Amino acid sequence: MLKNSAAKRPKKLKVSHNVSFLSALPWIGPALVLILLVVIWPVIELIRTSFTDISLAGSLLDFNGLANYRDLLANTDLYPVVRRTLLWVFGIVFFTVLLSLPLAQLINQNFPGRKYVRWAMIFPWAASVVMTSMIWTWILDAYSGELNLTLTQLGLISEPVDWVNNPGSSFYFLMWVAVFVSVPFTTFVLLAGLQSIPADIVEAASVDGATHWQIYRRIKFPLLRNSLLIASIINIINVFNSFPIIWVMTRGGPGYETDTTTTFAYKLAFIESNMGQSTALGVFNFMIIMVIVGFYLRVTKATRTEL
Amino acid sequence: MSTKVKKITAKKVATILGAYFIAWIFVYPYINMFLTSVRTHEELYATPSTHFPQVWQWRNYIDVWDNAPIASFLKSSLIVSVSATILVLIVSLPAAYFTARYRFRMRGPFLLLVLATQMFSPTALIIGIFREVDFFKLLDSYLALIILNAGFNLAFSIWLLSGFFSSIPVEIEEAALIDGCTRIQALRRVTLPIALPGLVTAVIFTFVAAWNEFTIALTIMSSVDKKPIPVGITQFIGQYDVAWEYLFSATMIAIVPVVILFIMIEKYLVGGLTAGSVK
Repeated sequence: MLKNSAAKRPKKLKVSHNVSFLSALPWIGPALVLILLVVIWPVIELIRTSFTDISLAGSLLDFNGLANYRDLLANTDLYPVVRRTLLWVFGIVFFTVLLSLPLAQLINQNFPGRKYVRWAMIFPWAASVVMTSMIWTWILDAYSGELNLTLTQLGLISEPVDWVNNPGSSFYFLMWVAVFVSVPFTTFVLLAGLQSIPADIVEAASVDGATHWQIYRRIKFPLLRNSLLIASIINIINVFNSFPIIWVMTRGGPGYETDTTTTFAYKLAFIESNMGQSTALGVFNFMIIMVIVGFYLRVTKATRTEL
Repeated sequence: MSTKVKKITAKKVATILGAYFIAWIFVYPYINMFLTSVRTHEELYATPSTHFPQVWQWRNYIDVWDNAPIASFLKSSLIVSVSATILVLIVSLPAAYFTARYRFRMRGPFLLLVLATQMFSPTALIIGIFREVDFFKLLDSYLALIILNAGFNLAFSIWLLSGFFSSIPVEIEEAALIDGCTRIQALRRVTLPIALPGLVTAVIFTFVAAWNEFTIALTIMSSVDKKPIPVGITQFIGQYDVAWEYLFSATMIAIVPVVILFIMIEKYLVGGLTAGSVK
C-alpha cells in the first residue's frame, strides 16, 4: 500500500489465524458502529425523507411517493445548474490533471530547493478551503485586489473589473480556485506514481537512445495510467462535492448563476426551506457519487493486495 | 564538449526557475493574506492600492482577539478537532490491527465499506445528517460535531494503519509473546512503536481535516461561541465594510499550524488518501 511499507513487507505476508466474524467484532465493532451511525444513517434518512412531505425539522412524515422528484424535475432552475455542474466537474478535473502531469515531472527532478517547492505546494492542500476562497475573493476584488492593481500597472485594464461578481467571468474564477486547491493533491499522487517506476527501465531506454519525450510518452506515461485514473476519480468526487468555494465566494449567486447541484441542493433546503426538492436532488447527487465510487472500487481492486 | 555542459546547465537553470515560479504561485495567495493582515483598515480601501503595506500594523494580531470572538472560535475548533482525533484513534487502531493480522469472514466487505465511506462527503448527505442530529436532540452541540468529524475521517486512519501493521512481520510480535508479554503488551510495546509514523500521520491528518471542516459545522452549529473557526470567520464576510485585516490575521493564525503539520507528514499522505491503490 505504501511505498516504503511495501518494500519492508516480507515476501509472503504471514497471517496469524483464520478467525470467525464474531471474534472480529470486538475489534472492528466500534468502527462499524461509527460508520453506521455517521454515514449509513444519514443515507437512509435522506432517501426516506425524499419520499415524504416534510419541513426541515418537521417530525411528521407523510409518504408522498415521487412527488418531490416530480417537483424537482419540473423546476426549470435545475437544468442550467446541471449543465453548469458538468462544466464544473469536467473542466476542473481536466485542467487539474493537465497542470499536475508536468508539475509532478518537474518536482520529481533533483534540483536545489526541491524540498521547499514541495512544501510550497502543501499550502493550498493543508489550508482550509474556506480561507483560501476568502483570500482569492480579496485578490480578485475590483478596487483593492492585487490582480486589478497589477493589471492596471501593466496597462492591461484601464478601469477596475469585478471578476468575481461579473456574470461573464464569475464562474471561471470559481473554477480557477477549485483547480488551485486540487492540483497539489493530484501532483503528489502522480509524483508517487512516477517514483514507483523502476529506474533501470528508464536507464535502459536512455541507453538505447530514446529522447526524454519518447521516454515520457512510451514508458513513464503508460506506467502512470493507474495513478492518473485514481487521481482523476478522487478529484471527480471531491470537485462534485465541493461546497465551500462557491458558498464563500458567490453563494451560488446572483440567483442560481454560479450554483452546482451540490450548492443548489443546500440552498433549496437551508435558505429556501424547500425540503422536498432538496432531498430529491440530494438523492440524485448521492447516486451519482455511488456510481463513481463503484467505479473507483473496481479500478483499485485490480491493484489492491490487501483484499 | 563544452557546449554540451553549457546546454545541460541552461536546462537545469530553467527547471529550477520554473519550479520556483510554481512554488511562488502556490504560496502567493497566503503571502497576500499575510500582507493584508498587517495593513491598517484605511489602507485596505485606499485608492490607488499598493503591493506592500505602507504602515506595517502588527498590532492587528493583538487587536483581532478583541474585535472578533477569535478565542472562542479557536477553542471550539480545538475541542472538536482534538476529540475527533482521539475518537478516530480509539476506533481505528483495533480495526486496523485486526484486519491486518487476521483473516475473517466479511473482512473484504468490511474494508470495502470503509473505503467507500471515505468517498462519501458529508455535503451530499447534509440533510440526512441534519435530521439525524436533530433526532438525537444534539443540534448545536460539540458532541455531534465530534462524532461526525470522526466518522467521516475514519477510513483514512483504518487504511493507513492497516497498511503499516501489515508491513510489520508477525514474528516480532510472536517473539514478544514467547518472552512472556500478553497480546496487548506486545501490541503496545512492540508493534505500536514500529507503526509510529503511521500513527502520527493518522493523528495529524484527522486533526487537520476536522480543523478545516466547514459544511457540517455551518449546518448544525448555531451559537456564535460554539462555531469552529472556518464557520465563525465567514460571518465577517457580507458585513458592510469587511474588516479584511482582522479576517486575515485570524486565518493566518488558523492556517500556519496546519501547514506545518501537513509538511511533517507529507510523504505518507498520498498512501492514506488513495487507500491502497497507489503502490
